[in-house]
Amino acid sequence: MQKYLKPSVFILSTIPILVILYKIFLNKLGPEPVKEITHFTGEWTLIFLCLTLSMSPLKRLTNLSVWVSFRRTLGLFVFFYATLHLLTYVGLDYRFDWQPILDDVVKKKYIFIGFAAWLLLIPLAITSSKKMVKLLKNNWKKLHRLVYIIAIFGSLHYIWLSKTIFFKPLIYFIIIIVLLAFRIKIKNRNVNYG
Amino acid sequence: MIKFKNSEITPENIYKKRRSFIKSIGLGASSLAISAIPFANKSSASERDKLTSYKDITTYNNYYEFGTSKSDPYKNSQTFKTTPWEIAIEGEVEKPIKLSMEEISEMFVSEERIYRLRCVEGWSMVIPWMGFSLSELLSKVNPTNKAKFVEFESVYDPAQMKGQRYPVLNWPYNEGLRIDEAMHPLTTVVTGLYGKKLPNQNGAPLRIFIPWKYGFKSAKAIVKIKFVENMPTSSWMWASPREYGFYSNVNPNVNHPRWSQATERVIGEGVWAPRIKTLMFNGYGDEVANLYTGMDLKKYF
Repeated sequence: MQKYLKPSVFILSTIPILVILYKIFLNKLGPEPVKEITHFTGEWTLIFLCLTLSMSPLKRLTNLSVWVSFRRTLGLFVFFYATLHLLTYVGLDYRFDWQPILDDVVKKKYIFIGFAAWLLLIPLAITSSKKMVKLLKNNWKKLHRLVYIIAIFGSLHYIWLSKTIFFKPLIYFIIIIVLLAFRIKIKNRNVNYG
Repeated sequence: MIKFKNSEITPENIYKKRRSFIKSIGLGASSLAISAIPFANKSSASERDKLTSYKDITTYNNYYEFGTSKSDPYKNSQTFKTTPWEIAIEGEVEKPIKLSMEEISEMFVSEERIYRLRCVEGWSMVIPWMGFSLSELLSKVNPTNKAKFVEFESVYDPAQMKGQRYPVLNWPYNEGLRIDEAMHPLTTVVTGLYGKKLPNQNGAPLRIFIPWKYGFKSAKAIVKIKFVENMPTSSWMWASPREYGFYSNVNPNVNHPRWSQATERVIGEGVWAPRIKTLMFNGYGDEVANLYTGMDLKKYF
């Protein structure tokens, strides 16, 4: 049973990409297909980010350590969907027309923070292997705390690009804040109990 | 309410064929309506000119009274009641009046007007509206010499409009124009589209449409038109004054603080279609640029 869990998580994580490919090739994306793909990949990046951040709270709440074994797979899918999201924007939407893109990155704060979040994901993806965990020892944990910043950046990216915060950008923001608050609590408890 | 006989409602494909036939015999769109779309970029005029499908026009809407997602207005507006409906014209006028929709449809003849709609979000449609110039409606009252602006108030009915149950914008939706903008012949009172009566999700029973301004300036489901002395604060100006100015003319050279306005996506063109360049005043510069002579459009955005 246990050994099927991780492959199942992997297979389930590929469903969004299959859905979007199906929609692209059967022309089911509606009047503004490029925006639809951009939003779809962006939202799934946030969902996987939230899932990744939920694993250690779940471990704590359920007393089952199996949750954290999914973390690497889920985290890598964050990077995968974030990269697709970026490629949709740069390639499909702006046709690698670098001038307006560079302009956006510098001038538009939501693009800047989104791009920054993607850049921060790179070292996490590179150091995700077991080998790297061993190699970096304590530094690995420190480095991977970057995910908290990435989550905040991702949520701000969504809020800043939306015309109003209602309702989805607000919902993701709250979820991420709650997931991060869990960490503060856990840490304090550890300190208290020595 | 305007009534159309069944025979008057033309299927979309025949409608388009008829239009291309009229064009091909050289009468031009001007014989169909007083104002064809003046396109600066003639080389791509045919692509720019293409009518957006009825389906896209009526299922992809920004109408926050019925919800913030693009498909919400279509889904949530079908049972919206537009009869009886009354429009008050008041404020700085000698004698305020109230007109019912029946009276309006008797008084004014709606004609076909094909205009490009450019949304502030960076997409556009080409829509065959049915309507008449707002100046005709406004001529039914005599403004006092204090009147400088015209304010438009949309309906407030949270029982029927579930978007209004949340403070997304300060309801009722409010928009405004300078009097000369409101009196410009391109400023249209819309009563229908594609030869049919206006669908609820597009602002039934009556909305305005200002072709050279971003879409949100064109208020829907209007119940009150008010002449005022001072520049009104529109709902979007109220929500974010830095991002949404009073004028909100389509201008590829003035970026929205959060995104570029230089290009736009044409609705319905499919996943592989590139963006097109946005035109100054949405392509209506010849008609309206003189309204803004000497104004710094970066300052008065």
